[in-house]
Amino acid sequence: MTSPLEQKKIKIAGPSIVTANRTWDGAVIYRTAGQGWSADLADAAIVRTSDEARALLAESVADDLGAIGAYIAPVEIGDGGKIEPGNLREQIRRSGVTIGLPANAIGLPVQA
Amino acid sequence: MYAYDEIDRTLVNERVAEFRDQVKRRLSGELTEDEFKMLRLQNGVYLQLHAYMFRVAIPYGTLSSKQLRRLAHVARRYDRGYGHFTTRQNIQFNWIKLAELPDALADLAEVGIHAMQTSGNNTRNVTSDQWAGVAPGEIEDPRIWSEILRQYTTLHPEFSFLPRKFKFAITASAHDRAAIKVHDIGLRLLKNEAGETGFEVLVGGGLGRTPFIGKTIKPFVHGRDLLSYVEAIMRVYNQYGRRDNIYKARIKILVHELGVEKFAAEVEEEWQQMRDGALKLDEEVVEDIRSRFYYPTYEKLPHMPDELRKAAQDPKFEAWRTNSVFPHKAQGYAIVTISLKPVGGPPGDATADQMDALADLADKYSFGEIRVGHEQNLALPHVARRDLPELWKALDKIGLATPNVNLISDIIACPGLDYCSLANARSIPIAQELTRRFANHDTANLIGRLHINISGCINACGHHHVGHIGILGVEKNGEEVYQITIGGRADEKAELGTLIGPAVKFDEVADVIEDVVEAYLALRARPDELFVDTVKRLGVEPFRERVYATR
Repeated sequence: MTSPLEQKKIKIAGPSIVTANRTWDGAVIYRTAGQGWSADLADAAIVRTSDEARALLAESVADDLGAIGAYIAPVEIGDGGKIEPGNLREQIRRSGVTIGLPANAIGLPVQA
Repeated sequence: MYAYDEIDRTLVNERVAEFRDQVKRRLSGELTEDEFKMLRLQNGVYLQLHAYMFRVAIPYGTLSSKQLRRLAHVARRYDRGYGHFTTRQNIQFNWIKLAELPDALADLAEVGIHAMQTSGNNTRNVTSDQWAGVAPGEIEDPRIWSEILRQYTTLHPEFSFLPRKFKFAITASAHDRAAIKVHDIGLRLLKNEAGETGFEVLVGGGLGRTPFIGKTIKPFVHGRDLLSYVEAIMRVYNQYGRRDNIYKARIKILVHELGVEKFAAEVEEEWQQMRDGALKLDEEVVEDIRSRFYYPTYEKLPHMPDELRKAAQDPKFEAWRTNSVFPHKAQGYAIVTISLKPVGGPPGDATADQMDALADLADKYSFGEIRVGHEQNLALPHVARRDLPELWKALDKIGLATPNVNLISDIIACPGLDYCSLANARSIPIAQELTRRFANHDTANLIGRLHINISGCINACGHHHVGHIGILGVEKNGEEVYQITIGGRADEKAELGTLIGPAVKFDEVADVIEDVVEAYLALRARPDELFVDTVKRLGVEPFRERVYATR
């Protein structure tokens, strides 16, 4: 993960969002335009310039109690404005592991 | 098994209370993440892609059935019903909530399990041979010395803020199952001419982005001097180890840069000043630790009981027995390795239900004891050979009788990009596809012993450098690609594998491995020449040619 300090040097190449993990449970969350967090990528604030990205990251990092490890991640904007992750790492963070969980793999019931 | 005393129990309980307070202060905002990060790491708590990951130590790979049931409880109560056994005799839970971690730790503490020093720049879980105490020909149970080191290094103030993490491994058998040559300090237990216990001391082994095989810096250190000599090594490392560059901070870099002779001389000089001090181990101390290990009382049993003779008629049982059952020091008993590598499953994972069921089987067939090996498999260390057929049936019912131990589908793999925030590429799906490709047991048997190790990044948690076939996932232009090495091994003849050519795409990896295996089958001198021996004899060129001629 790129540190916020290093990200000051990064220029975004396309639409981006800020993502982090929620402090109390570690869940994947996305910074919203309303200065909050959402577990749904569809709610993420989209930034399109490096200045916007740095500003959104700065406000996200400032919320040390709510989230940890905030960073800028690329997204793709599909038809109708649907936000999709911009790389495999973010796809996995959004959708979960790409494998069956072990209980499924060996035919035993998954514990909730 | 080792019986913790009151000091151990108090220490573990105090640590839970301390961490509970730290978590409370973090969640109230009293501690920032920057302040809290080191505290959580020292309690085995990482942040991964989807959640916190909680790494729990299983010192020298020994678990009681009661402890395994408690791990199952943690998986079920605080996680998603499974755990992942690692290459360093730990178990990891992937979905744990920070707010619930103190409760999970408290539940574990009740059975003497903790997560101290499973992360951070300190001395990590001391690992050993998973067959310790039961392997035929073993010089002495290495867990006694592992436990001495565990007690000595736990919360040691001088070694809690090292330049980088620091790992010990100990073996006492001729065949090294603990991979001591790829540890910061590797200890091989020996007897001198007077019959006294001591250690060959290797330093500077390690994998990661700069892999090295450990080098012997002293051929024999008497057991009574073990702690003073180890402390001398740690002091030299603490003094000279690089703190300015994380990639050059491990002791292996220091040994490489100083040269092994100079490093050994520095250690010797330090040691001579302190060897007769407070760290000299009295025989009474060693005996006290030894006395706290308890061993089963074995019956006098036949080597080939009728039950086993009869079951041998069943080819399925024989397939499992041939690959999973190993000689024991006591006649009539066996060590049973339990594969956590089902066809199509994630390597090293076990469900809570499986852990509970295995704990019951350990009570019934193995004096309540379970072992964890660095190959990410489990073992029952004291099984009467007459019970093998019944045990096999019971294991099969819970999905733990895959007959592939030491075969090509017995794959070591790190969690990779499916879980890990450091990973560049996925490991588990590659392993799953390979287990499907080589699911045919007759084919796997024809190939023979072949270890595939997979890492999802250069940090090498999947030990790819020392796999007979190593697979390293990297990212190139936003795509997962995989470098293939061959000829590595982690045992007493440890070697680093050699790259066979350019990286290949995710979808091509299994085809490439099939090509490598087909080349081996065509090139081996005899049916019992192992893959690594063929590579040693011929080099990588014939394999490279086979893989890349048509690509």
